[in-house]
Amino acid sequence: MSVAVQTPQQREHATTIYERSRPGRRAFTPPALDVPERPLDELLPARLRRAAPPELPEVAEPEIVRHYNGLSKRNFDLDSGFYPLGSCTMKHNPKLHERVAALPGHARLHPLQAPARAQGALELMWNLERALSEIAGLPHVSLQPSAGSHGELAGVLLTRAYHADRGDERTLVLTPDTAHGTNPATVTMAGYEVVKVATAPDGGVDVEDLRRKADGRVACLMLTNPNTLGLFDPNIEEIARIVHDAGATLYYDGANLNAVMGISRPGDMGFDIVHFNLHKSFTQPHGGGGPGAGPIAVSDRIEPYLMRPRVVRREDGDGVRFDLDHEGERSIGRLRGFQGNFGVFVRSYAYIRSLGAAGLREASEIAVLNANYLMALMRRPEIAPHLPAAFGERCMHEFVLSGAPMKRELGIRTTDLAKRLLDFGYHPPTVYFPLLVEEALLVEPTETETRETLEAFADAVAEILREAAEDPEIARNAPYGTPVRRLDEAGAARSPVVRQPPPA
Amino acid sequence: MSRYTSLTEEDLREMLALIGVDSVDDLFAVIPEGVRLRRPLDLPEGMPEQDVYAHLAGLAARNVSAEDEITFLGAGMYDHYVPALIDSIISRSEFLTPYTPYQPEISQGGLQVMFEYQTAISELTGLPVSNASLYDGPSSVGAAAYLAKLANGRRDVVVSRGVHPHSRETLGTLAPGYGQRVVEAPLRDGVTDAAALAGLVGPDTAAVVLQQPNFLGAVEDLEPLVEVATAAGALVVCACDPLPLAILRPPGELGVDVAVGEGQSLGNRLDYGGPSFGFFAATEEHIRRMPGRIAGETRDVDGRRGFVLTLQTREQHIRRERATSNICTAQVLNALAGVIHLSWLGKRGVVELAELMLRRADYARRTLAALPGVRALHEQPVVREFALALEAPVEAVVERCAAEGVNPGLPLGRVMPEHPDGLLVAITEQRSRADIDRLADVLGRAVAAERSGSLAGARA
Repeated sequence: MSVAVQTPQQREHATTIYERSRPGRRAFTPPALDVPERPLDELLPARLRRAAPPELPEVAEPEIVRHYNGLSKRNFDLDSGFYPLGSCTMKHNPKLHERVAALPGHARLHPLQAPARAQGALELMWNLERALSEIAGLPHVSLQPSAGSHGELAGVLLTRAYHADRGDERTLVLTPDTAHGTNPATVTMAGYEVVKVATAPDGGVDVEDLRRKADGRVACLMLTNPNTLGLFDPNIEEIARIVHDAGATLYYDGANLNAVMGISRPGDMGFDIVHFNLHKSFTQPHGGGGPGAGPIAVSDRIEPYLMRPRVVRREDGDGVRFDLDHEGERSIGRLRGFQGNFGVFVRSYAYIRSLGAAGLREASEIAVLNANYLMALMRRPEIAPHLPAAFGERCMHEFVLSGAPMKRELGIRTTDLAKRLLDFGYHPPTVYFPLLVEEALLVEPTETETRETLEAFADAVAEILREAAEDPEIARNAPYGTPVRRLDEAGAARSPVVRQPPPA
Repeated sequence: MSRYTSLTEEDLREMLALIGVDSVDDLFAVIPEGVRLRRPLDLPEGMPEQDVYAHLAGLAARNVSAEDEITFLGAGMYDHYVPALIDSIISRSEFLTPYTPYQPEISQGGLQVMFEYQTAISELTGLPVSNASLYDGPSSVGAAAYLAKLANGRRDVVVSRGVHPHSRETLGTLAPGYGQRVVEAPLRDGVTDAAALAGLVGPDTAAVVLQQPNFLGAVEDLEPLVEVATAAGALVVCACDPLPLAILRPPGELGVDVAVGEGQSLGNRLDYGGPSFGFFAATEEHIRRMPGRIAGETRDVDGRRGFVLTLQTREQHIRRERATSNICTAQVLNALAGVIHLSWLGKRGVVELAELMLRRADYARRTLAALPGVRALHEQPVVREFALALEAPVEAVVERCAAEGVNPGLPLGRVMPEHPDGLLVAITEQRSRADIDRLADVLGRAVAAERSGSLAGARA
């Protein structure tokens, strides 16, 4: 009979900042009133004013710091351990980037500062655009979108504008059944209908199915290459031909670009529009769910429709000047305010300048080497029978395992394996995606992990499977050592509590 | 060995052996010849860390930031003081480097932050449900119009011309995609013209979009406008500046269905326009139509209080083409800065800050409007920002002020052609009376110089 020992975090009951509040405590000292004190009613009529202040916490600085510090200890993070989350490219976030982003010339620059007084920022954006253009193999870039899905929306709206401009009414967008959920969601938001394209037994697009479906109603095919199974589609040239022959555009979801930087370019594959995830391939820290950025690169035929403003470079007798160009008769307009997530651009630009051409290529090579090495480690006899690779022996930057045999023979599901990995100090891989693999586990180690980390992870998986063979209840009830254990998600959704109740 | 990787020669040999290939190139054999890049990328060579730092510092030095001049620029983003504890907390790796909290057992910190943030936004807006953030203000306006389409399926969005130009442009980009028309309602005396709005709103109106305070800084009397919209069965969306909400009647009390806005002034740097966050709050009935992430409270198997991402069946990763939005990555770290800032300001401080801005904005407007050749563009109540009209070419006046180290604000003509003589001036707690007096001196002389110049030109 073992005695359950609580960790310090488990002993601590979750307390919100509102529950630490006591009337009269404060952190903020306002500046002294240095202008005449006129009656409020003269400045703002009473009927426009709020009766009672918002119920915000009343706490002093030491307590705020301790509160959020306490919360931070209840979070796993990339700087603490391995994060092989498929499709998310959890690579190291270099610390230099925080320092350069915080320089006052960047951090305190107002977005409406006249371009003549923001030349450094515009040059940085221009340089980043040029670098992304070269990596994508497409001539024109807009940095404006704020996330991958935002870039997708831009891409599909550009597609819509392109067809509309030619008087071409199209209603459908094709996505493979392995696509990220953002693809179909984007398609709907852009007013198109989604049609799924089947996946062939080798994991690529089913070219015959595509041929059948690519007709005059199709506006676009959205594709990830390598795809979400971690496989490069060997038929990409033929796929591009079919799509272009149908008069449609070919869209590249850049979530998996980390596999091919400097090795193969979406533009050379025949893609018309590409989005980048600067928070994946280009090291912007994820921040627990943002901020990121999703710049797009496009071909000449799409360029007239690109969002405004555009960064432009002008050279004359006085030298080089950068400017923001708001003109564009056929532009789709804006997708957000100002110039986009500039602070993210600073970090990604620093990364590109740190690595250079050779370094980016090497990053992709090692990402693919690491993924293949981990995939090979998963072929160990104590793992592979329970958790076989879903497609072939090789992969690009990530690979999919199927937990179906594990579920059948050991009685634990992929989610149980994932929860048990938490006790071993790992963030689990992506689970139950892609949808077409039963009990899927999508593993992406990235290039910044050491070989020892990959080996230790494989050992942990083997250990969990060995444990499960003896007693599946261990994994089924995991985790044990985390700040909280399995949570009632169904209950949370049935009667949502999404804020602290106001004080009585 | 490249930067940030650890592969040694020995590692490489042994890893290739286990994989069963001779070289790294073999791993890329599947890529067809025709789509391989046969040359190095045309990019500058990599650099050591200190050289990258020097290069970036050199670029930053070529910008004139709020550090280098006294700035009265606002128009959606404001030069507020960001307290030191925010940098200290948000730079902690546990907040900076995790992914979206898909594994709640090891993400309680981030999930609880979302919950606390949602509570603060709910308090400011007077609406019961908030999501965990969107990209920014204008994109939140676009998301709110999409929610209206999901809610009532109607065709038109009527947007006040007092809504930020970037929000109106964003609506104009997104709405046609999902089949909505955008119609603009005019301003009168600096605020939305209720009579004109009534003429534009009807049975086809999905939503009426307003802004509080509006783009010209004027506090809108929302009640009659909400009435017009609600009578037609349209949803009311209000884009709000969050700090003024500390003293303005909350949208939720006035019958607004969805309150959205730009969160930059809550603890976020200017960053040349981003990253910041957009907030999104709504009435209970829209909770299952909301875009983005929402954290909810629950219990674990041992009965401990905990938090999860809830109502995920709205989201793209579950619902795919039937999702309420496509958003995946939002702006959670910026929202964390927002909730820390609100905790630091606190229940009293947030009101004190808003009242300080209210008083200084009033002082500034009176002082500047008393200058020869300068008048207030409208006389509506303002909280932090106001519009002036100059009897002199605005761009030239701004240039003269900038040369003296004072940025007087935004020439309105750049974004609202109907106000070629307009100047939009913003106040924060960082602009003291001394700064305002300095602006009055510099602006007064600049206007006078331009007027005498143009008079001389007219006489010539």
